[in-house]
Amino acid sequence: MVGSNRLSSRILFLYVPLALFTVFLLFPFYWMLIISLKPNSLLLNTKVNPLYLTEFTLRHYRYLFENTEFPRWAWNTAVVTFGATLLSLTCSILMGYALGRFRFRGGNLMGTAVFLAYLIPPTLLFIPLSQVVVRFGIYNQYWALILTYPTFLIPFASWLLMGYFRTIPRELEECAMIDGASRIQAMWRIVMPLALPGVLSAAIFSFTLSWNEFLYALVFMGSGQMKTIPVGTVNDLIRADVFQWGPLMAAAVLGSVPVAIVYMFFVDHYVSGMTAGAVKG
Amino acid sequence: MAEVIYDHVTKRFDSVVAVNDLTLEVKDGEFLVLVGPSGCGKTTALRCLAGLEEVTSGDILIGDRVVTHIPPKDRDIAMVFQNYALYPHMTVYDNMAFGLKLRKVPKQEIDRRVKEAAEILGIQDLLNRKPRQLSGGQRQRVALGRAIVREPQVFLMDEPLSNLDAKLRVQTRGELIKLQRRLGVTTIYVTHDQVEAMTMGHRIAVMNQGVLQQLDTPENLYDRPANLFVATFIGSPAMNIFPAKVVSGDGSYRLVAGEVTLEVPPSHRSRLADYVDREVLLGIRPEDLEVVVGSEAQRGDTVRLPVELIEPLGAETLVHLRGPAGTLIAQGEPRIHLNPGDVVTVRVRTEHLHTFDPQTEMAIF
Repeated sequence: MVGSNRLSSRILFLYVPLALFTVFLLFPFYWMLIISLKPNSLLLNTKVNPLYLTEFTLRHYRYLFENTEFPRWAWNTAVVTFGATLLSLTCSILMGYALGRFRFRGGNLMGTAVFLAYLIPPTLLFIPLSQVVVRFGIYNQYWALILTYPTFLIPFASWLLMGYFRTIPRELEECAMIDGASRIQAMWRIVMPLALPGVLSAAIFSFTLSWNEFLYALVFMGSGQMKTIPVGTVNDLIRADVFQWGPLMAAAVLGSVPVAIVYMFFVDHYVSGMTAGAVKG
Repeated sequence: MAEVIYDHVTKRFDSVVAVNDLTLEVKDGEFLVLVGPSGCGKTTALRCLAGLEEVTSGDILIGDRVVTHIPPKDRDIAMVFQNYALYPHMTVYDNMAFGLKLRKVPKQEIDRRVKEAAEILGIQDLLNRKPRQLSGGQRQRVALGRAIVREPQVFLMDEPLSNLDAKLRVQTRGELIKLQRRLGVTTIYVTHDQVEAMTMGHRIAVMNQGVLQQLDTPENLYDRPANLFVATFIGSPAMNIFPAKVVSGDGSYRLVAGEVTLEVPPSHRSRLADYVDREVLLGIRPEDLEVVVGSEAQRGDTVRLPVELIEPLGAETLVHLRGPAGTLIAQGEPRIHLNPGDVVTVRVRTEHLHTFDPQTEMAIF
């Protein structure tokens, strides 16, 4: 009696809301996928049920590779994403470590300032940044984005890492330094392996944001061959008021794949718990 | 192995003086215990020696080397932390070998030293485990092993036993003493537990509020405390302290507190000369108050006091007596039969009396 009661309340309060939520979240992806696979004849046909596929075609994908610069966009996006992520991660690790570990004059103030910087909307920041990009002579080059993305990646990533570094007992490093390590060695051999879940979270965060970024990519690197996937898709597949829904959605599907892979691979493999047993448990 | 010298070491954190002008000499091979209440600066003093804190002024020497500004890795010391600080991502073997690898000790030598230390500590079977698979006591041994394999000049230990349960703590305490005597490595051991201090140290340095109060052997610390703080900090239950007036007459000195009058033994008289007709603080250890069952004639070293409370501890009985100024605790025999309200005769071992100057709190005798 008690058991069945609990089961029905679990279904009502746990599984039903979760299922609704999942459907709500996944529906846009489903919609995107079926549109990318539908022949043009069915796309705007109101007589057939739009929710499932009655015919199937890959011609939108072929169009993407044969009639647009999609491979080039993907390459651009990848270069910028890896560059910006690597740069942001390096800076954030050093910064998060310093803010999390050292007590120095103005340390707290700096921490707060970094966080405030994160609150400035990129839509404001891109105006002065475009000046910087032009004067540096890196307009429409990879560097334009590799150097500007960190402006919003570093603040968040270093805050995240600062919090993570603080969870790692200070004694571990101190012990390593007494054992014969320099601070850099202690950081690299003791702190980094233990901070891996935090570092990966920061990496995933940076990767996703860089991969999907639109505004800076449009303004700083939006012409000719240098487009990224989001910019190229919107620029070349929407012509005035003509939306090429098929190729648009195909590009969106392909654009989401790397992000999905990154999440699948890392989130599953690195869920904390590595610090267990370090200190008295 | 080496001696360690603190030469007028001061450590300030902003406005707080954690260690105040500490001068201390630890002999080669000595086991020195730094003891004091929490916040007394003992851990900071240890961390300064380790190089984890920069001293504000003064110098620290290990052997004949001034190490004040040398980074921790070059001081040739090993430290055992209160929470052990084992590297969680490494096996026990790698934990112990870590310091040697960094120092580029040849592989065979590392292997020999790790195995030797593991054997001394009885952890040979644990070498392939990760710290999280170990019990508290085992972790403690690994932390110790990591220090031993380094063969350093000085061992630093920061309350290494305080995370163990009571039984294991007593056992490990004994093993640690034997180990130190066997290896003969200069050891500086920080604790707030005065039993550990008394049992382990060749000498004990008592600290309070950043200031070294007394540095002496356990016996001297107990029998001849330098001041009121040391007197009340060392010993459990704590020394009874109450004010008493010094009265002289017929060439003898008496200490008078309310109804209680105690004769000062002749050997101590001269020291009280300056305090005649003044108040001093009188200190008596509980075991120097002997509860005499049955009536006995009043003498110069006996007083009659009412019983407030009995605490039978098994091996002894603590008798709380209503003294001239608050409660006095006497250590009575086991299985003593008393009831609250009884008035008992208490014999005071006057040769073990302590007196302190009420202003300076320094010992008079």
